[in-house]
Amino acid sequence: MYRLADAQRMLQAVVRELAQEKIAPRAAEIDDKGEYPWDMKELLARQDLLALPFPEKYGGTGSDLFTFCLVVEEIAKVCASSSLIVLVQALGSFPILIAGTETQKQRYFPKLASGDWLAAFALTEPGAGSDAAAMKTRAVLEGDHYVLNGSKCFITNAGIAQVYSVFAMTDPHKGVKGISAFIVDADSPGFRLGKIEHKMGIRGSQTGELVFDNCIVPVGNLLGNEGDGFKIAMMTLDKSRPGVGAQAVGIAQGALDYAARYAKERVQFGAPIANLQAIQFMLADMAMQVEAARCLVYEAAARVDAGEKGITMSSAMAKCFAGDVAMRVTTDALQVLGGYGYMKEYPLERMMRDAKITQIYEGTNQIQRLVIARALLASY
Amino acid sequence: MNIVVCVKQVPDTTAEKRLDANLRLDRASVDNIINPFDEYAIEEGLRLQEAHGGEVALLCMGTESAQETLRKGLAMGADRGVLVTDPALAGSDAWATSYVLAQALKRMSYDVILCGMQTTDSGTAQVPGGVAEFLGLPQLTWANKVEISDGKATIQRQSDAGYDVVEAPLPVVISVIKGINEPRYPSLKGIMQARRKELQIWSLDDLGISQDMVGVLGAKTKVLGYSRPAPRAKGQLIQEDSQTAATRIADFLVQARVL
Amino acid sequence: MGTANVIWVYAELSGKEPKKIALELMTKARELAEAMGGSAAAVVLGTGARTAAEKLAQHGASVVYVAEDERFGNVLTTPHADALSGLIKEKSPRAVLFGATNSSKDIAARVSARLGLGVIADAIAIQVNGNELHVVNPAFGGSLLVTSTFTDANTAFIIARAKAFAAEERPQPLKIEEVKPVYTAAPQARITGAVAQPEARVSLEEANVIVSGGRGLGAPENFKLVEELAQAFEAAVGASRAAVDAGWISYPHQVGQTGKTVKPKVYIACGISGAIQHKVGMQTSDIIIAINKDPDAPIFSFADLGVVGDLHQIVPLLAKEIRKRKGA
Repeated sequence: MYRLADAQRMLQAVVRELAQEKIAPRAAEIDDKGEYPWDMKELLARQDLLALPFPEKYGGTGSDLFTFCLVVEEIAKVCASSSLIVLVQALGSFPILIAGTETQKQRYFPKLASGDWLAAFALTEPGAGSDAAAMKTRAVLEGDHYVLNGSKCFITNAGIAQVYSVFAMTDPHKGVKGISAFIVDADSPGFRLGKIEHKMGIRGSQTGELVFDNCIVPVGNLLGNEGDGFKIAMMTLDKSRPGVGAQAVGIAQGALDYAARYAKERVQFGAPIANLQAIQFMLADMAMQVEAARCLVYEAAARVDAGEKGITMSSAMAKCFAGDVAMRVTTDALQVLGGYGYMKEYPLERMMRDAKITQIYEGTNQIQRLVIARALLASY
Repeated sequence: MNIVVCVKQVPDTTAEKRLDANLRLDRASVDNIINPFDEYAIEEGLRLQEAHGGEVALLCMGTESAQETLRKGLAMGADRGVLVTDPALAGSDAWATSYVLAQALKRMSYDVILCGMQTTDSGTAQVPGGVAEFLGLPQLTWANKVEISDGKATIQRQSDAGYDVVEAPLPVVISVIKGINEPRYPSLKGIMQARRKELQIWSLDDLGISQDMVGVLGAKTKVLGYSRPAPRAKGQLIQEDSQTAATRIADFLVQARVL
Repeated sequence: MGTANVIWVYAELSGKEPKKIALELMTKARELAEAMGGSAAAVVLGTGARTAAEKLAQHGASVVYVAEDERFGNVLTTPHADALSGLIKEKSPRAVLFGATNSSKDIAARVSARLGLGVIADAIAIQVNGNELHVVNPAFGGSLLVTSTFTDANTAFIIARAKAFAAEERPQPLKIEEVKPVYTAAPQARITGAVAQPEARVSLEEANVIVSGGRGLGAPENFKLVEELAQAFEAAVGASRAAVDAGWISYPHQVGQTGKTVKPKVYIACGISGAIQHKVGMQTSDIIIAINKDPDAPIFSFADLGVVGDLHQIVPLLAKEIRKRKGA
């Protein structure tokens, strides 16, 4: 059983208040306009919530993943797009945290921790989604720099971030073992933003294509050694998936909270619909699922924090289960509101659209099941 | 310039409240929060410190659990906290609260003492004036704006017609209204630092106050009983086109002899 | 102290007239004093006190203690506290009633601290029970009424809400006693100027009609709909916490738990859902009318007349209707 430390409890309460008072009132507009919410980014930076993953000596807060998950969950309850600002700052920076040199950390972390710079994680390609070995982006060493050619798609924070963790093939003959990881600055020669996507959900987050056209990246920006890329990517995802799980739990909890309050107020047949057993059972099922998902997420985060082995499986379980729960719970919560739930005036259709991505990004939930099954069978 | 902000822990205003067998609030049944008006006082204290330097200390009278309230103020940026707590304080009225705070303040260093305009639980608004009286200080109450210069404080004080401008020499007690500023949310770094800040705990003995002056023993008022007011009945509900609705409201007012 | 069965009213001035609430309290003081076989008196400080004494006598004061010193107008609280505490020490009234205004609360606070007197605030009812004064005030958002009394025989301070009692004439022969206060030498807070606020035209506590706006107005500029309707009624403008927190209107207009408690004849809530926070501040209004587009809004469960509809259309039409009928 997990128990929050005093400081975590206070942080949770403060972020909850901040989310209710400052983020929630903006959520519908952020979704409607489909624009990156710079004001929310400033707010989160001011509260040090973009500093969570970074060690204190670089200006971060050195927070553990559990604390990170608490923060993401509270923000996601009211606005999934805003929670993604916190998530991606970590996702884009984890490769540097995992494999970066002291010089690289000193160069990037202080400005990332303060929120002056934003980070992004660029792995997926048009032809290489779940299949990383099919990666087409090439990196060729030429003297003191690498030359990158190719493109990445569906990249969160594309065109928004200053710092990109980019994965490219240095040796295509070696399959995934030929993948290397680089830090690419937004102003690198030959690097540009391609198409910006028009999305179903998380519409306040900018998702787009990155194009590398003879892009020059200094040798000093290689993360680890050549060929370490896939390992770095997988270690990153092991750390980041509980965060996506926390986002999913937050979205689900936000939907359940709304539906439960609505059910107590909405009168049909002369009484609040919360008195109807049909509604009660739906709410009970939702609450159970959310609580189960939360436990998996917190457990996975705590294991990562404890440096335990086998975190790949627990992280995948947390992300996959929580994502599926978010989709089911938002769908059912909308159902509780009936026709009103389907209308844009109410937040549930947004929550339902936002929930969907948690089943897809950072590895689809089918890939998660594959990961879980592999780990499971290997232990017998 | 040294600033002391008086704060209180109160039950969450939005929570449902229950009473225990002694007709006192069952504090276990509700979440406790910092008195919302005190957040404006803390924010004002921090702003004065930013402009004039010095220290911001928090002073609270309450139960052990009020440490949480003080930690929140420390997380906002206050430098240290003092909690006056003693079992004998339970049931203290406004007079006793003012007296105890004043005795504690005598052991602290202050140029400005800030308070929220009132609390959300008892809400008598008697403590800022009481503290000023016990310390022999002038009081600047219901402030919507505070400025300090040349050893004096000038405020805008909420009046019936707007605001009065009032000034007094330091040291002074100032109470602030909601809206004077926008209280900051504690930042994560602030929360982390708050755990390491000094929090002193003083008892009645430490302050040289005898137990019979405060709490239930010293209270100058006592509760005789409670009743529940009859809830307002639901009236009529209409849904008509807008012109008809406007006419029906006007008709209703005529019937009620308001028009 | 407090042995004489005399009930005082600390009467604030509005110009040369006693404030409305002072007359309400005076009427109540007379009633309490009669029940105790005693009499009622008033204390009025400041320029205009002598003129105001007449009205207080009409409402039941057997004696009116007056002091017309300029410092009551340009020094905050302390001279009033000096004058009042001197008088109390000399005359030992059974109780002093104060109106729940900022200034009266401040004076009560200083004097009660100085003389060690008990205070019960937020009173909505006062009864004589044998030798005791029983005071009722709402607690926990009005969900409970608390009855309290004082534990000693010292002068009791009761701070009462506006409109808790009706002002009625109980004429007494005018008897004015001049007071010569002894002032303490403590540092003072001096009033050096005033900033008028045009929107504070009609005070919320004294208004007969209040028109309030909430989040349902949708945008800050729509508050002018509320203001126009208020003008038609010559009413005060109120607001929910949501509207104040959104910055649509300033805090002095806020009605509710962290704002003002009001008791008008008519309270018209436009686009206010009626959360407990707000309900607490206006539920004792004589008549509540609510306009809201959401048929499930909690306010409809306690409004006398609930109107489901678009306030952006209804409010201007209602303003027109009111002007028409008032003109007729």
